[in-house]
Amino acid sequence: MAAPDTYPRPWRDQTDPPFIRIKSITKRFGDFAAVDDVSLDIWQGELFCLLGGSGCGKSTLLRMLAGFETPTAGVVEIDGQDMSRVPPFARPTNMMFQSYALFPHMSVEKNIAYGLQRDGLGRAEVAGRVAEMLKLVQLDGLAKRKPHQLSGGQRQRVALARSLVKKPKLLLLDEPLGALDKKLREETQFELMTIQDQLGVTFIVVTHDQEEAMTLSTRIGVMDAGRIVQVGEPRDIYERPGSRFVADFIGSVNLFEGEVEAAAPDFMRIRTAEGGILVPPEAGFGSREKVAVAVRPEKIRLSREAVGADNALTAVVEDYAYMGDCTVYKLKLPSGRVVSVTETNGFGAEPFTWDEEVHLGWPAAAGVLVRG
Amino acid sequence: MRLFLPIVAGLGFLFLYVPIASLVIFSFNESKLVTVWGGFSTKWYGELFRDPQIIDAFQISLTIAAISATLAVALGTLAALVLVRFGPFWGRPVLSGMTTAPLVMPEVITGLSLLLLFVSMERLVGWPAGRGMLTIIIAHTVFCMAYVAVVVQSRLVDMDDSLEEAAMDLGARRVRVFFDITLPVIAPALISGWLLAFTLSLDDLVVASFVSGPGSSTLPMVIFSKVRLGVSPDVNALASLIILVVALGIGLAALAMRKRR
Repeated sequence: MAAPDTYPRPWRDQTDPPFIRIKSITKRFGDFAAVDDVSLDIWQGELFCLLGGSGCGKSTLLRMLAGFETPTAGVVEIDGQDMSRVPPFARPTNMMFQSYALFPHMSVEKNIAYGLQRDGLGRAEVAGRVAEMLKLVQLDGLAKRKPHQLSGGQRQRVALARSLVKKPKLLLLDEPLGALDKKLREETQFELMTIQDQLGVTFIVVTHDQEEAMTLSTRIGVMDAGRIVQVGEPRDIYERPGSRFVADFIGSVNLFEGEVEAAAPDFMRIRTAEGGILVPPEAGFGSREKVAVAVRPEKIRLSREAVGADNALTAVVEDYAYMGDCTVYKLKLPSGRVVSVTETNGFGAEPFTWDEEVHLGWPAAAGVLVRG
Repeated sequence: MRLFLPIVAGLGFLFLYVPIASLVIFSFNESKLVTVWGGFSTKWYGELFRDPQIIDAFQISLTIAAISATLAVALGTLAALVLVRFGPFWGRPVLSGMTTAPLVMPEVITGLSLLLLFVSMERLVGWPAGRGMLTIIIAHTVFCMAYVAVVVQSRLVDMDDSLEEAAMDLGARRVRVFFDITLPVIAPALISGWLLAFTLSLDDLVVASFVSGPGSSTLPMVIFSKVRLGVSPDVNALASLIILVVALGIGLAALAMRKRR
């Protein structure tokens, strides 16, 4: 039995009112709709990721929340307050910029203090809060440095400290880890989560990195061409992609195109070039409809002998890539389609090699039916 | 082949510095004849400081240069801000063209057109009354502003827009953002723009000749009129002093730059 889930997920039952309401917001630049009729509810304390490729409108949406862009239509409400007529300097939000935007002529300390001074806080209180913030981001000794004397990781922390010091209701982060190298990025991800947890501030993070979104977020909103195509917890997005685009964008996936052949109460059969593929029943798909079955590479089992599985195919190893913890196989099916399969490199298993014939199998439940 | 580069470099240096060196050397010439060496003397330096015409002209030139450089920085920065930050607006191409026109316009035309403007303005509105320092300052501001605008524009284009947004995001209003963030970030461009304008104004002969009046001869005008009557050695002395000041200025600037780094 799983342990009881005490992690708060207000979006599931929706009894609490959302903290941020985005109501059918649109932003047009000329004829081009950068953000097209997006509605989104975000709850207090969430770490919400807006995920999408470049030009999908995620940054424009973030800038509308910060007040740097005026929506062509639609309303943003933060904590029940309509933000339409509130200029950026008066919003209860702060933003961490992709370029960090540290003021080059000010020391670390002055950068962090800038926002507090604008609020007219006393000298002692400003100094206290700055020191507190420096401690939180572990930059105690660097208060007097100028931004150009810091490493990339340190700059990132200063930017974070500066955007958090005013205790905003909502923190907007534009690709917060984009400029860091891989190892630093992974460390910083967890730090970001810890800090967010400690302060309880609601975060909205824009990223194009799906791994980052998976690790960080309570929920993800996947964006494409100015629209939100799916909103959900990372597991939902990954396991139950709502569309071919999402399945393809998040992680790698094998897509078997075909059409609905038969629908039974406990399974559906899809006719594809590879034969009939069984998937769990899904409402809203009619007979003969063009669909695709999405199967994640790690959900397919490989073996040398034929195994009894809901879906079984044979293939030849065309190529493989040894990644350390796992091996990715490229397998050629008789139909000519190449399928990728990820095998964990456990203990004792003999790896498959080029041109070897292998049996593939996966349970019906591992496949997801998407339109397309 | 190994000597090629040193020789080329040496020739280059000779080409650049021989005229200056000969000028400095001849400023210590005893003889009144500029081209004949008559022994070492510093008398022309003394002569120079006793010549009220040159001292006056020097003061006038410095005053004009300082005032018009300052005005040019103020106006040029505003023009650059408008051109870089305000996006496309009605009349932008005209403004952009007018701002950069003095860069490419022959000085004679700038001078002549300003003279015509001043004359007809005096006739119509009575201001500026006559030609003098004021008209030179206005004229110099006009063409120096173009240079300042170009220098500041390129700095503004390079500036990360998100710096200003970040300041606004942290609670600063637009005016505050300008003085706290924009101005300090573009300050190096303002300084170099000012120095450039100052030098251009100090250097200008043509435009000043058109728009000056009695009693407002600038240093280049005085030097030019002196030389027309035959080169006198005190001009050499003056030129040597100017070179000394410029060299000192460049040295100090280089030191300051190194310290900053």
